[in-house]
Amino acid sequence: MSEIPGDLKFLKSHEWARVEDNGQVTVGISDHAQGLLGDLVYVELPNIGDTITLGGAVAVVESVKAASDVYSPVSGKVVAVNDALSDKPETINEDAYGEGWIFVVAPDDMDQMADLLAPDDYAELLEDEGH
Amino acid sequence: MTQKTIYNETHRALGAKMVDFGGWDMPIHYGSQIEEHHQVRRDAGMFDVSHMTVLDMRGSGVRPFLRMLVANSVEKLTKPGKALYSCMLDGNGGVIDDLIIYFMSEDFFRVVVNAATRDKDVAWITAQAAPFKIDIKERRDLAMVAVQGPNARDKVLSLLTPDAAAAAKKLGKFVAVEADGMFVARTGYTGEDGFEIMVPETQAVEFWNRLLAAGVKPAGLGARDTLRLEAGMALYGQDMDESVSPLEAGLAWTVAFDEGRDYTGRAALEAQQAKGVPRQMIGVVMDEKGVLRHGQAVFTAAGEGEILSGTFSPTLGKAIALARVPAGEIGAVEVDIRGKRVPVRPVKYPFVRDGAAQPGV
Repeated sequence: MSEIPGDLKFLKSHEWARVEDNGQVTVGISDHAQGLLGDLVYVELPNIGDTITLGGAVAVVESVKAASDVYSPVSGKVVAVNDALSDKPETINEDAYGEGWIFVVAPDDMDQMADLLAPDDYAELLEDEGH
Repeated sequence: MTQKTIYNETHRALGAKMVDFGGWDMPIHYGSQIEEHHQVRRDAGMFDVSHMTVLDMRGSGVRPFLRMLVANSVEKLTKPGKALYSCMLDGNGGVIDDLIIYFMSEDFFRVVVNAATRDKDVAWITAQAAPFKIDIKERRDLAMVAVQGPNARDKVLSLLTPDAAAAAKKLGKFVAVEADGMFVARTGYTGEDGFEIMVPETQAVEFWNRLLAAGVKPAGLGARDTLRLEAGMALYGQDMDESVSPLEAGLAWTVAFDEGRDYTGRAALEAQQAKGVPRQMIGVVMDEKGVLRHGQAVFTAAGEGEILSGTFSPTLGKAIALARVPAGEIGAVEVDIRGKRVPVRPVKYPFVRDGAAQPGV
């Protein structure tokens, strides 16, 4: 498994969030999550302008094996989506924390981010989850 | 308690992701399910299918027993090594399992049934066999490897002694032969040419490693599922079970109504046919993005049905599925995907055969 970048925060449901310099939040799924799903073949993106809420299902990632909802780590408005995933969903398999980002939110309340897991806590969660 | 095949350590050493499959610890993939799929369509891949159940049946009563047990007619089996695909039905015409019967000699038939249904099958077969005084032995000492793909046969032949290779090379489709102490059958579950090979467990790992050295790459159950669905082959438990007859599962071609053979389920099938078979199996392709999945609702002019096996087809680059819908003219077809009705195209399956998309797909 690849290293977890230190500037990310996580939901227990395996989404990552990164606060950008402009205060917007980029969201994707973790490398662990893409590994569980296997080869991704389809990503259903939200629409720019959609109002989303913390914990709400915003996108869907589908592998050959299963479909999985992607939950939002923060409430706000969708300001960007990664259209490149429509043609190359496997980008998430290849670079979950980089080119495989899914959408960007302009958050209503940045304090919500405080409840997310730090990288070390997320890594610990993965340890506990099994193997 | 999870069961393991003789190849369990081999899979792990090759980096397989293991999953529970019908009580067996099996490889779902070795890195990428889609790459393994393409490997089989384009070259040669191998699957550990040792979890499947092999039953050797001996005695003069075996043929009469099999005449009664299965819906296809074992009278078609006259040449040693010839195989027959059939459903085994209950009294209502429901499918207990699908299986392959190999004719070895007049007093020896070999039957291969699914792994997940092993206990139920063995119980049913044993009970049905009682009056026929036959000897049934489960061959847990045999491992099984399916080597599939356009180059699969050549790669296997290159590993056999000259006499064995000559015998295996001559095999017609759906025929098997003993070769080098193995049982080599020209059968498969991928829509590609190839062999399914039963090998004594004592030689099994060595044989796998020789295949690996010959350039045959391991493929997991994930690729096996997408390959068989592209090939339009039914999966027991998903495409058919006790609640449907083979006539409703696209398996009418495996049902024989030969004169004077009173097999279990025949009366029910004949009654169903006389009344009109109420449901049909159709193949569908989705040109829109997304993936068809088991359980999604299907809407047709004939009424509502459901997706049985659905997946993303790596060869076609779009979703395909088998669906069971009411009999009659189906007209335009839609599938409910997360609350949205998406149009799909009914097509004749197989979707893919011998590496290529079929006409109209």
